[in-house]
Amino acid sequence: MAQAAQTDERIKEISPLRKALIRPELGGIVGTVAVFTFFLLFAFDSGMFSSQGVLNWSIVSAQFMIIAVGACLLMIAGEFDLSVGSMIGFAGMMIAIFSVTMAWPVWLAIIVTFAMCIAIGALNGFICIKTGLPSFIVTLAFLFILRGFTIFLPQVIERKTIIGGIRDAAEGDWLAPLFGGKILTGFFQWLGDNGLIAVFERGNRAGEPIVNGIPVLIVWAIALVIFGHVLLTKTRFGNWIFAAGGDADAARNSGVPVNRVKILMFMFTAFCATVFATCQVMEFGSAGADRGLLKEFEAIIAVVIGGALLTGGYGSVIGAALGALIFGVVQQGLFFAGVESSLFRVFLGVILLAAVILNTYIRRIITGER
Amino acid sequence: MSEPIIQMKNIEKHFGSVIALAGVSVDVYPSECHCLLGDNGAGKSTFIKTMSGVHKPTAGDIIFEGKPMDFADPRDAMEAGIATVHQHLAMIPLMSVSRNFFMGNEPVKKILGLPFFDHDKANEITMEAMRKMGINLRGPDQAVGTLSGGERQTVAISRAVHFGAKVLILDEPTSALGVRQTSNVLATIDKVRKQGIAVVFITHNVRHALAVGDRFTVLNRGQTLGTAMRGEITPEELQDMMAGGQEMAQLEGSLGGTV
Repeated sequence: MAQAAQTDERIKEISPLRKALIRPELGGIVGTVAVFTFFLLFAFDSGMFSSQGVLNWSIVSAQFMIIAVGACLLMIAGEFDLSVGSMIGFAGMMIAIFSVTMAWPVWLAIIVTFAMCIAIGALNGFICIKTGLPSFIVTLAFLFILRGFTIFLPQVIERKTIIGGIRDAAEGDWLAPLFGGKILTGFFQWLGDNGLIAVFERGNRAGEPIVNGIPVLIVWAIALVIFGHVLLTKTRFGNWIFAAGGDADAARNSGVPVNRVKILMFMFTAFCATVFATCQVMEFGSAGADRGLLKEFEAIIAVVIGGALLTGGYGSVIGAALGALIFGVVQQGLFFAGVESSLFRVFLGVILLAAVILNTYIRRIITGER
Repeated sequence: MSEPIIQMKNIEKHFGSVIALAGVSVDVYPSECHCLLGDNGAGKSTFIKTMSGVHKPTAGDIIFEGKPMDFADPRDAMEAGIATVHQHLAMIPLMSVSRNFFMGNEPVKKILGLPFFDHDKANEITMEAMRKMGINLRGPDQAVGTLSGGERQTVAISRAVHFGAKVLILDEPTSALGVRQTSNVLATIDKVRKQGIAVVFITHNVRHALAVGDRFTVLNRGQTLGTAMRGEITPEELQDMMAGGQEMAQLEGSLGGTV
């Protein structure tokens, strides 16, 4: 770029710092470093960085990541989905009803639930596109509709709001381990045998490592983050996502199929919510009517911490994943450090505000320092 | 005289009970700058949107390179070679110049059989195209938001030319620009025309039109008031025609021969 830079005397060289500043991930990177520094300094002895502790906050972060990836791509495409939390409750409940109450095989229950939820995501998108209403309102409606059904259905069918027994139903199923199992168990046993990680000292599991594998939940999170990042930055569809959120009319005029992009992103968000729900149901062995409450906001906050603009057209999946990591580490770290957990909400509010202010400033830099 | 590249015959467009276009016919020739003039609400925008496939005409025919055409959407028209640079530019300020340049037409390279956006190629072509038009970018990843209005216009025009436009429709490209930027854009139009591309230049500034135009069509209230060649019409006459239909009705007789 050297020859291009010297040709116009009015273009000032920009400092590497300023250049780094306009990367959307900046806030996420700085936040992650700050959070880890903080907890390493003040909560190192609390067990937070033992193998079990790491697994603990990794799982929580991975949960946030799964929904944050969907929310991130959708937000960059210029839309919101407030029904994510209700969708998580609804998807879990449908799996429970299909597999326990109706005694379908678990794989069928999972597949049908995915199809239903993705269809609802498409409906969300379709209504937004066709009516031109803000997705905020349309998905707010679905927040209540889905939550209502999630409470209503189990009460009518089973006369309770929690349906259990999914773990028994999933025994021997071929699809269920994809959401509820662990991988690398042999490797962790080896680590335990060689004294690299803690093992149980007593009891009938003596000699087994306390952490005996990586939950597939974490694999899902990493896979979705990589998929989302590659899709957004390395493919033409990714360019369309940016374009659809940056200026839908301009994108349409350039031949970008904006409606299709947006509806697909609504479907992808629903897919992510269903992955979350399925993993949760397989882990707990039950589905509850209150699962996933407020998750939509947590996903959006993670995305905003990750540098995405609420108005769309700008953001990063890696940033959103870091936002989710900050989230998980702080939530669990405060617990390990013995801090009153309600303070987590205070932290959330503060960091959200700080992130939005930073993002607005960054946007001004990108669009010409005005 | 060569054949017209695109002929719009008796185009009508109705939006509900509103008649936006009531039978407009315009022929556009290659290597010519065809200026479409008219006051606000004359139907200029609707007309070019019909030409570029955004709207389907309610009645009338579009004949492109001698064949009747029926564009389903702007993509269709673009593939045929009709490119539009819109009033709103079709540029997204938050995206980089090269992402904007290739928006909707991203170059693709296959990795493991999967199609990926070829950023290196996109960046290279963008820098080259910008250099040709006399714009020095800091880098292809510079956001469009940092460019001036004239530069954005030029990016949009060179994008259209790069993608093989045969007809380039410019929707009021100079209306929001300063003197220097305007002359840059007009110079760009001239370069484009010399490459054999037909330019449809929409404006309500008579001076800008006369600076580069070969042929002038005035629209008023959804109808065409006629087409004139360069040299057949004076700036005053054009100005009068644009000024309004009422005055025009009285003037029509005296101008009938020339318009």
